Amino acid sequence: MSSSSQAPESWISAFCSLVGHEYFAEVSEDFIEDDFNLTGLQSQVPMYKEALEMILDVEPEDASEEEEEEEEDEDEDEDEMQDGDALARGGYRRAADAAAAAAERRHLRMASDLSVIESSAEMLYGLIHQRFITSRPGIQQMAEKYELGHFGHCPRVFCHGAKVLPVGCSDIPGQETVKLFCPSCLDVYSPPNSRFQTVDGAFFGTTFGCLFFMTFPELDVGGQRPPQAQVDPSISASSPLSGSTAVGQSASLDKASRGSLSSSLTSQQPNLPPPPLDSKLPKQPDQINGVASKNLAPGLGPGNIYEPRIYGFRVSEIAKTGPRMKWLRSRPADINDLDECRIWAENQEAILHNATAAAAEAEMADSEMADDNEVPEGQIEDEDMDASSAVRSNGQHTEVAQRRKPNGRRHPQADSGAIVNGDTTRSAVRVGNGG
Amino acid sequence: MDDFASDTDSDYTSYWRDWFISSRGNEYFCEIDEDYLTDRFNLTGLNTEVQYYQYALDLVTDVFDMEVEDDMREQIEKSARHLYGLVHARYVVTTRGLAKMMEKFKQGVFGKCPRVICESQHLLPMGQHDVPNTSNVKLYCAKCEDIYNPKSSRHNSIDGAYFGSSFHNILFQVYPALMPQKTQRRYEPRIYGFRVHASAALMRWQEERREEMKDRLQARGIETGFEDEDEGEEDIESEEDEVDEEQDGIDDMFEGAVPAVQ
Ligand SMILES: [Zn+2]
Ligand SMILES: [Zn+2]
Repeated sequence: MSSSSQAPESWISAFCSLVGHEYFAEVSEDFIEDDFNLTGLQSQVPMYKEALEMILDVEPEDASEEEEEEEEDEDEDEDEMQDGDALARGGYRRAADAAAAAAERRHLRMASDLSVIESSAEMLYGLIHQRFITSRPGIQQMAEKYELGHFGHCPRVFCHGAKVLPVGCSDIPGQETVKLFCPSCLDVYSPPNSRFQTVDGAFFGTTFGCLFFMTFPELDVGGQRPPQAQVDPSISASSPLSGSTAVGQSASLDKASRGSLSSSLTSQQPNLPPPPLDSKLPKQPDQINGVASKNLAPGLGPGNIYEPRIYGFRVSEIAKTGPRMKWLRSRPADINDLDECRIWAENQEAILHNATAAAAEAEMADSEMADDNEVPEGQIEDEDMDASSAVRSNGQHTEVAQRRKPNGRRHPQADSGAIVNGDTTRSAVRVGNGG
Repeated sequence: MDDFASDTDSDYTSYWRDWFISSRGNEYFCEIDEDYLTDRFNLTGLNTEVQYYQYALDLVTDVFDMEVEDDMREQIEKSARHLYGLVHARYVVTTRGLAKMMEKFKQGVFGKCPRVICESQHLLPMGQHDVPNTSNVKLYCAKCEDIYNPKSSRHNSIDGAYFGSSFHNILFQVYPALMPQKTQRRYEPRIYGFRVHASAALMRWQEERREEMKDRLQARGIETGFEDEDEGEEDIESEEDEVDEEQDGIDDMFEGAVPAVQ
């Protein structure tokens, strides 16, 4: 592949244009020639020196500096060069012989170890690549490929074709093949084409995906919402007009079908009112936890969660085969719910408040205070019931979220304030550790 | 389909349905029984939905023997495919239809879930709508309970209404043993081994929702359906949490089975 006789194509661009290598960036020679960038790789790759030469298209006739390196590596080289070595040694200082010697050496190399070196070169390139794409020029190059859609799109319907990024699930080669990270649903997928199943995920690494989106926070990761998505039954709420058209059509089509069993149910499909997202929610911040709110998993949350239905009716959570995975695709309608620091601070206030209240209560057993404390408990029970009933509109959910707000975030199952606050405190600590 | 349209009159004796389901791109369809097709009750209402309904039905049931021009023939052919699809949506929720689709599902004819954590869970075709010409067929994964676009463009152009919005859910109600175990494992975005705050906070929030759901189910004595759920959950979690910290998170990207906050 590297020995293209007709065109002076570099090994690197040849490698990157191979079928299945579409995800790779072309690592610049500058980057490879900086020894710092290669730290530690020598021990990971057999025939390191030859592999590096191959990547850089360094021909053996490339004079004296090569020779020095060659001598350092004598041990490794011995096997392949037994004959050529002697020849080369004699000829090196004489410019006239140098070319011939090099040619001889090359010939030997090709005959014996080419395939070994070739695979070493691919491994070495991959490992350098893992580092390169987290460098400034590398990540820039990947951004261009991303914009051009070279990495493809998320297969998930509700991600609306969001662009994905190649990532590794391990940084150690030989463990996992390359996967695709979708910023819209924060999940990883197998590439659609089997030709990528030979590409090592470590060549992209575990860090690149996240670093990429932190480096380019202004990239719109949402994908394009096709107009047809508006008619989707699970989100028809957002478009009552098209929703009702669909129901009307289905009624006329199905009217007489199958003794109208399915059809009558389908046409009774609850046509929910639009979720009052904007009107009822508090002001949504532009940023949440250091990320633009609109770029935090825009493919998740209300309207983007598959709702299993049978003849138009939602399958209840409490059915044996009912939905269990909605959490995976959920996102709070009110993004402020993710502001853990603020919630923690509010909880601290609540502790203080509760302590004061308790003290006051103990002293004068004032009914006013008792009322204050009872209201939130009642609401929390409400929420539980809402949640367990199969048919629940987004609007209700929003309300619940809001009602909970003044009390801080309380775990519905918790009986005492102390446990609630202990819980949340721990989560706040974890934020510090993990972030 | 073009092969058929361009065929000569002498080929009318070939079985249209055999040809249809063995055509490239039609792998998702099962063969509708002759009995089902010839029972008019099953076709109720389709005469207004399908152009040249009677010709199309004749073609599908191999009794079409009229001499028609190519244009017309093409029209009837198209109608026949549409009719087959609409009947198919009804057929696959019958006992025999479900059994046929279940076999195809087991063989993986509909493909595998692209989500890495789902570990090649087999998919089922479905429609987001029951009204034709609204959206194309999607693939449902019962492990992550999400829907995906087919990989191949030849499948991407099939009308979702030919499978309908109920079939895949009914199949698991009829064959509950085929329902895969759910998993709480998930991908956790990391940088140099560290979780990223924004996504980690969202995931913690999601996991709180999950725990709420599990509490609701347990309160009713219903199985949660998650793997590794019933054996000493607490112990496993604390252990794995420690391992997590030690490994510096490099090769435990899938460790997310353990919620960061419990
Ligand atoms: Zn996605
Ligand atoms: Zn899945």
